[in-house]
Amino acid sequence: MNRVAICAVAQIKNEPDIWYQRFQGMVLECFESIVRQTGVTFDMEQGIRNVVTCSDDVFDARTISDNAVTDVVGAHFRGEEKVAQDGLNALGYAAAAILSGHDDLILVMGHCKESQSESRLMNTNLAFDPFYCRPLGLDFLTAAALQARAYMRKAKLTEHHLAQVVMHARANGARNPYARDNPPVTETDVLTSPLLADPIRQLHAYPVTDWAAGMLLCCEERVHEFTEKPVWLTGFGSCMDSYFLGDRDLTGNFALKRAARRAYSMADIADPSTAFDLVELNDAYAYQLPLWAEGTGLTPEGSGGAWIESGLDRVNRSGGMLNGNPIMLGGLARALECALQLRGEAGERQVDGARRALAHGTTGAAGQHHAVLILER
Amino acid sequence: MHPNFDLSDCYTIQGKLALPYTYFAGSVGSIFLTTLRDRRKIMGIKCHTCGKVFVPPRQTCERCLEDIRDQWVELGDTGTLENFTVVRYADRHLPRRPPFVLGLIRLDGADTPLLHLVAGVVVDRVAEGLRVRAVFAAQPENTILGIDHFQPL
Repeated sequence: MNRVAICAVAQIKNEPDIWYQRFQGMVLECFESIVRQTGVTFDMEQGIRNVVTCSDDVFDARTISDNAVTDVVGAHFRGEEKVAQDGLNALGYAAAAILSGHDDLILVMGHCKESQSESRLMNTNLAFDPFYCRPLGLDFLTAAALQARAYMRKAKLTEHHLAQVVMHARANGARNPYARDNPPVTETDVLTSPLLADPIRQLHAYPVTDWAAGMLLCCEERVHEFTEKPVWLTGFGSCMDSYFLGDRDLTGNFALKRAARRAYSMADIADPSTAFDLVELNDAYAYQLPLWAEGTGLTPEGSGGAWIESGLDRVNRSGGMLNGNPIMLGGLARALECALQLRGEAGERQVDGARRALAHGTTGAAGQHHAVLILER
Repeated sequence: MHPNFDLSDCYTIQGKLALPYTYFAGSVGSIFLTTLRDRRKIMGIKCHTCGKVFVPPRQTCERCLEDIRDQWVELGDTGTLENFTVVRYADRHLPRRPPFVLGLIRLDGADTPLLHLVAGVVVDRVAEGLRVRAVFAAQPENTILGIDHFQPL
């Protein structure tokens, strides 16, 4: 079978409020970096003929949000397709387009400026139907809070476990020059942080963040034109769970298990608990890190607490979404960190000799949709 | 990030999206919502293949793929609180001032818990297993707010 690789990655620094730059400018910085790194062109025969973008209409406050960036991603007079889900799906989509033979070279670009909206939570309330959920004020935080309560009871997760997850995110974020600058926190800071929606406290929730990132994907035959350090995408899977929270088993990882199984089957992985040199999980809230670890089979179901106690050494070296990535881009940020690690370009936080990594992304309320990507050097 | 231009020249404007719509509730949803509004009854829909009773109702059982649109069952107005959160922040999209309780309530006779507000309780004493009853809205409402909230029995 043909193979597909990430040839280059680019990102700006995650920041709380890039008020002085439009999201187009944020994207342009990433675009120019990829062109500089690879020398890729927009020649109609040999250059980029298709661009996959990732953004959200409500966060961009306009419809067809990709239309606002077609010029800065070089998409004029060629294909441009938008993925309005977590950015890991944009990578999966681009990889499928290359593996199908439809394209040999695709630029993937994502952006989100959460700070533009008065309230990130008000925006996520619009993800729900206007009859049964939206009138009750349901948003992604309260949906997560319901999942958090159910999961903490099932896995006997304590507030100390959650504090450990937050401190881990902050410590790793401090070693990542592109991570959001957050003050260091103590266990007491987390334990006494104000409750937003029980049992989720302010420090358990990812902070409002602006960010943009990009990647160049290429088919195997042409990889040598753009990089000496390709990162191969060897497995991908995704799955969507039911819409209504009441229809779902909020702690059973129905969709994530299926997404992971599909990715593992493609990548020939028998035992995920020993298969990876590093994993990056899309933890918008602290309780999600162990929950997603169970869903990806890194630890048995219900053992998330013990998994946290085991140290989290090769987990979310980037700082994770919990340290600060915007909605829509959590999974893309996870894959980007895996690519840097597999290229040996992760600086102080480098996992020595990393060969295989797992990146996870999730979209929607309380992990309705999941995607899993396997990356190898 | 350090911009390479003078921030004192930079300008932001305030904006807002406010877009009026008319939503069709669906043929099944219309029956549920008007029955709730006019007869103060909460209706579920039963899949005869798997036996599951869904609320809110829907046209097709997502597991059996059976058309269940006519298989209405009347549910009680009492149920059990299975899960909840205490919302402690204020925001424009929220139906109440904080703190208030948002819960998943399994109505007697239903298999899927329903999201709704729980009031008439001290928020710090709410617990799973609480038995609750629907309090219907005093004025006609066209959404799930035809039930104003649930309160302890």
